[in-house]
Amino acid sequence: RHAAATPHSLAGALEQGKPQTPLPDGSSRTGLKRLESQTQPLGKYDLQGIGELAVNPLGDRIINAFFKEGEDLTDFRSFIRVLAHFRPVEEGKSNETGRPEPMNSRLRKLQFAFQLYDQDSDGKISRDEMLQVLRLMVGIQVTDEQLVCIAERTIQEADQDGDGAISFEEFSVEKLNVEQRMSLRLLK
Amino acid sequence: MFLLLPFDSLVVNLLGISLTVLFTLLLVFIIVPAIFGVSFGIRRIYMKTLLKIFRWATLRIERGAKEKNHPLYKPYVNGIIAKEPTSLEEEIKEIRRSGSSKALDTPEFELSDIFYFCRKGIETIMDDEVTKRFSAEELESWNLLSRTNYNFQYISLRLTVLWGLGVLIRYCFLLPLRIALAFTGISLLVVGTTVVGYLPNGRWKEFLSKHVHLMCYRICVRALTAIITYHDQENRPQNGGICVANHTSPIDVIILASDGYYAMVGQIHGGLMGVIQRAVVKACPHVWFERSEVKDRHLVAKRLTEHVQDKSKLPILIFPEGTCINNTSVMMFKKGSFEIGATVYPVAIKYDPQFGDAFWNSSKYGMVTYLLRMMTSWAIVCSVWYLPPMTRQPEEDAVQFANRVKSAIARQGGLVDLLWDGGLKREKVKDTFKEEQQKLYSKTIVGNHEDRSRS
Repeated sequence: RHAAATPHSLAGALEQGKPQTPLPDGSSRTGLKRLESQTQPLGKYDLQGIGELAVNPLGDRIINAFFKEGEDLTDFRSFIRVLAHFRPVEEGKSNETGRPEPMNSRLRKLQFAFQLYDQDSDGKISRDEMLQVLRLMVGIQVTDEQLVCIAERTIQEADQDGDGAISFEEFSVEKLNVEQRMSLRLLK
Repeated sequence: MFLLLPFDSLVVNLLGISLTVLFTLLLVFIIVPAIFGVSFGIRRIYMKTLLKIFRWATLRIERGAKEKNHPLYKPYVNGIIAKEPTSLEEEIKEIRRSGSSKALDTPEFELSDIFYFCRKGIETIMDDEVTKRFSAEELESWNLLSRTNYNFQYISLRLTVLWGLGVLIRYCFLLPLRIALAFTGISLLVVGTTVVGYLPNGRWKEFLSKHVHLMCYRICVRALTAIITYHDQENRPQNGGICVANHTSPIDVIILASDGYYAMVGQIHGGLMGVIQRAVVKACPHVWFERSEVKDRHLVAKRLTEHVQDKSKLPILIFPEGTCINNTSVMMFKKGSFEIGATVYPVAIKYDPQFGDAFWNSSKYGMVTYLLRMMTSWAIVCSVWYLPPMTRQPEEDAVQFANRVKSAIARQGGLVDLLWDGGLKREKVKDTFKEEQQKLYSKTIVGNHEDRSRS
């Protein structure tokens, strides 16, 4: 991470977004390729060393989102793909049919957030998974009974099909301002 | 045609002879000052000239880039992300307001609350304090080495010609010169120390040994065209002490040893390194370990302690980080050297990346490749600070002492003191910050104690 994937290059890469789109300016793709060849694999340990991330209650889960199941290393391309979720949505772009879903679309952003809850990737947030996340976010400040109360109430309100868990569709309902809340704007 | 042949070979011969003579004169011109420890200051003039050329090259690139509208990379010292200065509570309120239509003041949990933590987390991955330090190391000027400029493109004919000239000079003139110097330096070291080893122990032997060592290291310094500035030389390590420095490359040893007479510590290697090690220990007592002994921490500690307690023996040179770090930060110091109980003389070494990146990435380059890279750079410019000696205080243990020394070195060299893995105090700080965040958040979903009874 350190000597190679520096912020400016991340900024550049993020602006280009996904690698499969042909870049209008051919030279920047070369720059991206060169950068990719110069980076070393990024390990969980590197991300865990970021102080400000360690004090984030969801820090560990966010780190795990960058790595595949059971793996400790990721490469530059995969790293950028995850960061690409947080690119701001461009104004006035309609969703053309036939093109693959862009990484920073509303859907993808919601999927990223959903995955932080749904650790076993079964497509639903169970009561236990909800409790786990709640516990991470409040630490020791709230008792078990209160948390269970909150979790059950949340599931009750969101659950449409009555299966006692929150599916992705139920999660995506009415989440206004996702585009703004899950985007990082780069300084020019 | 017959007349041409002898004429041809005569010209060739003359050319060959004159080149050899020039070369040898140059060598002598460089080596003789090294023997006596004086310097003509030629390297500094060289450095200043190079800087002027680099500045010109950078201006040229910037001008060329503006004309063609290329995005240039510039260090983002103030961060790359537009951070919104809202606190956790305000942000959660925003999320709630835009989410459901419920009353804002009731403590409530929303599934979308995690958006805040999510975004903050990714923000720190993209742009945090540590990364900012690394980005400050990105060069604002181009030093005519294509290996440092990721944006190297064809900008102008003049620039490319200059770069080509640079390649020619570096590979065809400087490289052979440097290799010759290095060869001379190393062979003199081996031969000189072996010869000195045959002398009976006494003042003469010590005197000669010291000067042979210093002379050969100075020749090696010139072999790398290293331009070193020493600060605070009055704090130089004394006998019976341990000299501790941050580690960026194997060259660190040469840099320090050319200004002081140290006892080295290390594992015996094979090959050329081993030959040098075996020769050098004949002249003065360095501390070499067999591979099997290195694993035994007690044995290592015992030998080092014995050495340190003998006041007639030289100060030991140790790099506690254990591996090469890229010279923007100081990583955790291994505590072994700090348990011995001797006076520690910290030394900070900081390389100027403008002339050549001295960092040895051992997973990327082998030793030979690395040395070749060093010898084909323009120069190696660094600063060495000798810090005042430190001793372990009664109330601190080896780890805390190590961290104290590390901070002093980091501060002096302008390096980032990365304590996130090791410092006991930092662990506690981490937890308190996390707890604060958790407290704030739990207020938004549970409210204060009085509200709880109502639901």
